[in-house]
Amino acid sequence: MSEKKKNPTRPLPNTKELDTQEFWAATKNKEFKYQQCDSCHKVVFYPRRHCTGCTSGKLVWKTASGKASVYTYSVVRQSYHPFFRNMVPYVVAWIDLEEGPRILSNVIGVDDPLNDVSIGQELQLEWEEHEDLFIPLFRPV
Amino acid sequence: MSQKRDAAIVGIHEYPTRDVEGEVSPLQIKAESAARALEDAGLNWSDVDAIYDAGDGGGMSGLNIAEYFGLNPTVIDTTGVGGSSYEYHAAHAKRDIAAGKAKVALLTYGSTAHSNAFAIGVGARGGASMHPAENMDSFAGQTLVSNYAMVAQRHMYQYGTTSEQLAEISIATRLHAMRNPEAVQAMEDLEFLDIRETTINDVVNSRMIADPLHLLECCMISDGGGAVVIASPEVARDCKKPPVWIIGTGEATKYPEPGGDITTSAAAQSAPIAFGEAGLTAAEMDIAMIYDSFSITVMTMLEDLGFCKKGEGGDWVTGGRLRFDRPSDGPALNTDGGGLSSNHPGMRGIFLLIEATRQLRGESTSQVEGAKLAVAHGNGGMLGSRHSAGTIILGGD
Repeated sequence: MSEKKKNPTRPLPNTKELDTQEFWAATKNKEFKYQQCDSCHKVVFYPRRHCTGCTSGKLVWKTASGKASVYTYSVVRQSYHPFFRNMVPYVVAWIDLEEGPRILSNVIGVDDPLNDVSIGQELQLEWEEHEDLFIPLFRPV
Repeated sequence: MSQKRDAAIVGIHEYPTRDVEGEVSPLQIKAESAARALEDAGLNWSDVDAIYDAGDGGGMSGLNIAEYFGLNPTVIDTTGVGGSSYEYHAAHAKRDIAAGKAKVALLTYGSTAHSNAFAIGVGARGGASMHPAENMDSFAGQTLVSNYAMVAQRHMYQYGTTSEQLAEISIATRLHAMRNPEAVQAMEDLEFLDIRETTINDVVNSRMIADPLHLLECCMISDGGGAVVIASPEVARDCKKPPVWIIGTGEATKYPEPGGDITTSAAAQSAPIAFGEAGLTAAEMDIAMIYDSFSITVMTMLEDLGFCKKGEGGDWVTGGRLRFDRPSDGPALNTDGGGLSSNHPGMRGIFLLIEATRQLRGESTSQVEGAKLAVAHGNGGMLGSRHSAGTIILGGD
């Protein structure tokens, strides 16, 4: 059995993907970056090169504070993924950052995921460290 | 009514086997279904001049599928938007026929998802991707079930919807499945543990897969496929069965955005266009064929299609309202047994058109007496993130 099969890891993003590479590069400095248009002020997330609110604006990178809340969530009881199958039950959630971006992530650090997570719950960003990038996860405040 | 009747469904076939044990390919299912649907219409391969294909038989389908069938079509449409592709194909076939570009359109679907043991609902998702959206979403371990469960969780939070109300969708669908011999055979072949009519308690006491969705709120994974033939009025008049007219179509997509409302689907955009074209409202529908990948998919779409107001779906479905023998007004839901209990090989949209056509011909195993109008609404992709909506309004002759 290969090393990879023995110790399955979280699926990690591709750091070379051209729209999102700046986001993932910044995670190594523990910065959650998002974009806002300097002309129409629309917040754009996931990252792109073009503003989706107007045709003339330039997107400017900003750094989020890390304050966030649960928009919605589910507790996964069954997964066949080699990494996540050993994590059940775990929490996946759409999480709203204070500045506007909504990201799919995990709520971590709860003793009982079935009872300790709720919509509207306040969260703080926390980084899970990997070699080429850090993963943004969220812990109840 | 001032509907335009410029294209009609004239031939249908649903591939009966849900477990082909790896012995039949998706392409073979497509071709077999096409031949049977053409026979149903009283047409032949040589009558087909337009092909619609979602790529389920392999890549570059627009290049390869005509050769496989042995046809020389002059309209080739390969719209692939997931499970609702067939509602898009029906809309495009109507448009192409009305424009005089085609007379006989062929839609086909084949899949061996069950034989391939492809774990659609709880399987591995994620990893490195070269699409930016996937590259942001893939690290969290989201399963397909949990994606839809997040819609249900927010629906419950915002509107007070309960698991018991969602279960109404599962039990109405199972009731219809138990009346459909092919659905019963499907559940036997796919080794369902307890094949019978279900109660609300059965559903809410079944195993939780991803909170708040239980096992009996999730569709099956089968093999299967089917075909639909759509023709011009001139051709339709000479076909074997009465035509079922396509009288309204609508398309839309939706995706996550800052501040977006996950409880409203792309159907809220596609449905008014389709009903507007038909000059009808949801309240006038006898039949609702709505993509039941999960209970919450139907709940959301009943609201977005306009059967009731947003957030009122829970109360609205209560008391067996969706059964074919319902006591009150309103549509019968998924009278073939749906994806929950009859047929879901991955992209169910074609079966919505097929069963709606059976109802308007008077051929369903859960026939609604005098059914004249039906809506077929497909959902593709994932409801809790990016998804496609296709709404088709059908009228009997």
